Amino acid sequence: MPSPGYRREMPQRYRLEAAKCKKCGKVSFPPRLVCSGCGSREFDKTKLSDNGKIVTYTTIRVAPAQFTTQVPYSIAIVEVDNGVRITTQVVDCKPEDLEIGKKVKLVFRKLYSEGHTGIICYGYKAILI
Amino acid sequence: MIGIVGYGSYLPRYRIKVEDIAHQWGRDSETIKRGLLLKEKTVPGLDEDTITISVEAAKNALKRAGIDPGEIGALYIGSESHPYAVKPSGTVVAEALGVVPNVHIADYEFACKAGTEAMFVAYGLVKADLVKYAMGVGADTSQGAPGDALEFSASAGGSAFIFGKEDVVADVLDTFSYTTDTPDFWRREGAFYPLHGGRFTGIPAYFKHVLGAGKAILERSGYKPSDFAYAIFHMPNGKFPLTAGKKLGFTKEQMEPGWIVPLMGNTYSGSSPTGFSATLDIAKPKDLILLVSFGSGAGSDAFIFKMTDRINEVRDKAEKLKSMLENNRIYLDYGQYAKYRGKIIMNE
Ligand SMILES: [Zn+2]
Repeated sequence: MPSPGYRREMPQRYRLEAAKCKKCGKVSFPPRLVCSGCGSREFDKTKLSDNGKIVTYTTIRVAPAQFTTQVPYSIAIVEVDNGVRITTQVVDCKPEDLEIGKKVKLVFRKLYSEGHTGIICYGYKAILI
Repeated sequence: MIGIVGYGSYLPRYRIKVEDIAHQWGRDSETIKRGLLLKEKTVPGLDEDTITISVEAAKNALKRAGIDPGEIGALYIGSESHPYAVKPSGTVVAEALGVVPNVHIADYEFACKAGTEAMFVAYGLVKADLVKYAMGVGADTSQGAPGDALEFSASAGGSAFIFGKEDVVADVLDTFSYTTDTPDFWRREGAFYPLHGGRFTGIPAYFKHVLGAGKAILERSGYKPSDFAYAIFHMPNGKFPLTAGKKLGFTKEQMEPGWIVPLMGNTYSGSSPTGFSATLDIAKPKDLILLVSFGSGAGSDAFIFKMTDRINEVRDKAEKLKSMLENNRIYLDYGQYAKYRGKIIMNE
């Protein structure tokens, strides 16, 4: 069975749902109870843009067990167009294709599966555009 | 009129060339390229499956439709490669699109015809006024057994179509289905690769059903082949659709825009729907389009569409099929391809 966290995080992992502060407009992802910008507790539901750019990145060559068949792969901090920064894998490219500032798009992909018989977990990753 | 209010496709970026597959099995690539009219095919990434392909195709359809996903009352995914044997692909897709929870969902299977089946039922529900919008998706990550002829064609991709009554881009003028029990191609529960019944695949299966559905819909609608701007036939290889189209009286020019198989391969449930999507990318208002699918087992669904003025407003709102086919391609060799397709035995 997937962790309870996976089910709870679906709105963020699947749909990039975020919270926009009603007072100062700051977007929190994942949503928070208290705005880190102004301390307000009132939010509107919003969605992160699926377009962004690479702020910084690193290449993984020694991976955890689930990801060994994917090495070498890249993890980046991506700033999406709403100004929010997220950490995500960048796929469909070689590590040397990545550069700071390059534009990316967030796409829906398999994150991992629990062996051959378990649940498949999905979420966002980035591709270069 | 009832018809398509938004459409969209998705193809993975990975490719393998016919030469690389032929080389692996000691076959002559020129003979295969000439015989099947194939050059290369799409390959899903390690993190792609029918669900992720459906989500990306559907997002493109939503961009073009410009509707609130919450208003979609039915969502059907047609595929022969649903990731789960038990647990619908559609629920994941609907959750990712924000269509849940007020929606009717089912997964369809009918070999390569499952996509048009999903479209047919989506259209029917809108026509019956049971839902405001309904989405039908055809997507696959098809597998051919190593060394089998199917390995040159079986590929990955998909297309999504949202049906509705307002702001339609392509009206559905008519539909027709033609089905018999024909053992041309099958995969038993638990078997990894499909089998095909040699002499059953061509004339008694593909041509009988595609021509049967095509002739019948032309006859009952009263249209002649020359009335159509474009026609799309299921593409198990490059040759079959051109032969079927010609037999029905269509020209190569009418089929060319939807004949995407030389660079895409056969995306099974996504094959004719994606050819149709590529055709919508270039069709003009008032154009008539014939779409005929084929699924082994066997059956064909035929549709006649008439384009509206709105196509010009929506087509640039998402990436076009030609761009997906020709840009950002990443070529794999056979070893990488075998790894990507899970053909290598690994320890858990
Ligand atoms: Zn605030």
